Amino acid sequence: MTQLPNGIEVEGLVREFKGGIRAVDGIDLRVEPGEIYGFLGPNGAGKSTTVLMLTTLLPPTAGSARVAGHDIVKEGPAVRQAIGAALQEAALDGLLTGRDHMRLQTALQGVPKAERRARGDALLERVGLADAADRKVAGYSGGMKRRLDLALALVHHPRILFLDEPTTGLDPQSRSDMWQEVARLAHEDGVTVFLTTQYLEEADVLADRIAIIDQGRIVARGTPDELKAEIGRPSLEVEPAEAGSLDEVAGVLARFGLPVTARPGAVAVRLRGSVDQLPEIVRAIDAEDIVLADFRLHAPTLDDVFLAKTGRKLEGGEPAAEPEVVPA
Amino acid sequence: MIEQILEMARRSVLQTLRQPALVIPPVIFPLVMMAINTGGLDAASNLPGFPADSYLDFAIAVPFIQGSLFACVNAGSALARDVESGFMKRLAMTPMQRAALLVGHLGGVMLVALASAVIYLVVGFAVGMDFPAGALGVPAILLLALLVALAFAGLGAFVGLRSGSGEAVQGFFPLFFVLLFLSSMSLPRPLIEQDWFRFIATYNPVSYLIEGIRSFIITGWDAEALALAFGIAIVIAVGGVAAAASALRTRLVRT
Repeated sequence: MTQLPNGIEVEGLVREFKGGIRAVDGIDLRVEPGEIYGFLGPNGAGKSTTVLMLTTLLPPTAGSARVAGHDIVKEGPAVRQAIGAALQEAALDGLLTGRDHMRLQTALQGVPKAERRARGDALLERVGLADAADRKVAGYSGGMKRRLDLALALVHHPRILFLDEPTTGLDPQSRSDMWQEVARLAHEDGVTVFLTTQYLEEADVLADRIAIIDQGRIVARGTPDELKAEIGRPSLEVEPAEAGSLDEVAGVLARFGLPVTARPGAVAVRLRGSVDQLPEIVRAIDAEDIVLADFRLHAPTLDDVFLAKTGRKLEGGEPAAEPEVVPA
Repeated sequence: MIEQILEMARRSVLQTLRQPALVIPPVIFPLVMMAINTGGLDAASNLPGFPADSYLDFAIAVPFIQGSLFACVNAGSALARDVESGFMKRLAMTPMQRAALLVGHLGGVMLVALASAVIYLVVGFAVGMDFPAGALGVPAILLLALLVALAFAGLGAFVGLRSGSGEAVQGFFPLFFVLLFLSSMSLPRPLIEQDWFRFIATYNPVSYLIEGIRSFIITGWDAEALALAFGIAIVIAVGGVAAAASALRTRLVRT
């Protein structure tokens, strides 16, 4: 294992709980300095357990990991000094104000006394909480709590930031604000960000690279584009104006791709080629005098990637009702 | 380390002061109870062998113990809340030492307990309480009150940390209250007529904590009563804090 001063290296990490349940089952990871690494998976996949181990709050059962060049088991204090973390559920004291939190966190993190007030104020300003700094946190919205949580994780200038589902439960505007701040931290301040999420869009928008975890194992990894390219081709869904034309449409589309699951009253195929086929498909349908009610092209998404790798949909976490590709 | 302790103590005091429900009952409730008991049981001071001229002098020791029970609940509930909310994990991520968390937290609870004890004392003097222990007795009674508060707060902290549940801490409160009622709270042990009650009160350590505080008010400096009270308070405090420290080690796991 090499030593990345601002990165994360994980080899065969395992965490087993009572009853032999393996929440994390031998994962390998390499997070490069300065990148945003998305760790994507449904509830219970092992994301938070991985974060707890990498942040030294949970000893691994087996395997090894180095965070900021330090072994997570043997050099816990050095790891904690190099990292900041906003764990799942903003862990705040509702009876304290935002400024009280800053005071406590800067003191406990060993920020020099003369710098504490300025550092706290600057971070509160940065996350847009300057006006609410003297209000008790119990009165904050979910988004405000998340932003304060993020600010608290930054008081000691960490080189690596762990964000465990930082936008879960937030409204779209708060989520967008959080994305902007995380992107700024990585791209302007050079902070390495390890971000767990169950939101595909979040991983797609923010992450430079992604690992998908399911049932404790990494099932795919790469850049979002690489992962989408792996399952590759777009799908086309066509809905005829008359239900009686469904078989005819299916017959035409079968010439261009493999049938996949579609909405009721529509037919869908995974195209064999690229979107360049579209004019030809339209001409073929037109040649059959079929009137269309709807015509949709679906680019591959990370959800498609997850479905292809695990046989389940990510959002909702339920097993897919049908396999993606059905026999022609 | 000292700075960490002070910051944690400050947080503990703020937590209490910002919850009126945690400030008013520990001060008002024991005084109301004392007023009711004094009104209803004043005739008991006429019993042969009753150690005080007025029932007030006898009863005013009880609020000190009741205030300590509230300190127990405050300490335990706050730590349980930290476990439940994940705040404990936030603390674990910092270089803070475990001892700083516990000492700071209990220190904050002690400050509130000290303020309550001062109020009980002031109210006592205001309504004509005797105080044969003299001026030196004031810091001594406050010290004992603080030790008793630390003893119960340590137990509360243990329950809060071990269970991680505010409800569990609240559940222990009645148990401690039963111990208080089955003590020499209302009558001197020799005057308790029911054998079983006198037996329990004799083996109930709370009796000796009350009698230690009471001795400053009724007899002045009673070496035996004070030795028993300080000794028992120290033993419970050491045991409670040690148990809480052990529970904290389990809660504040980090490599």
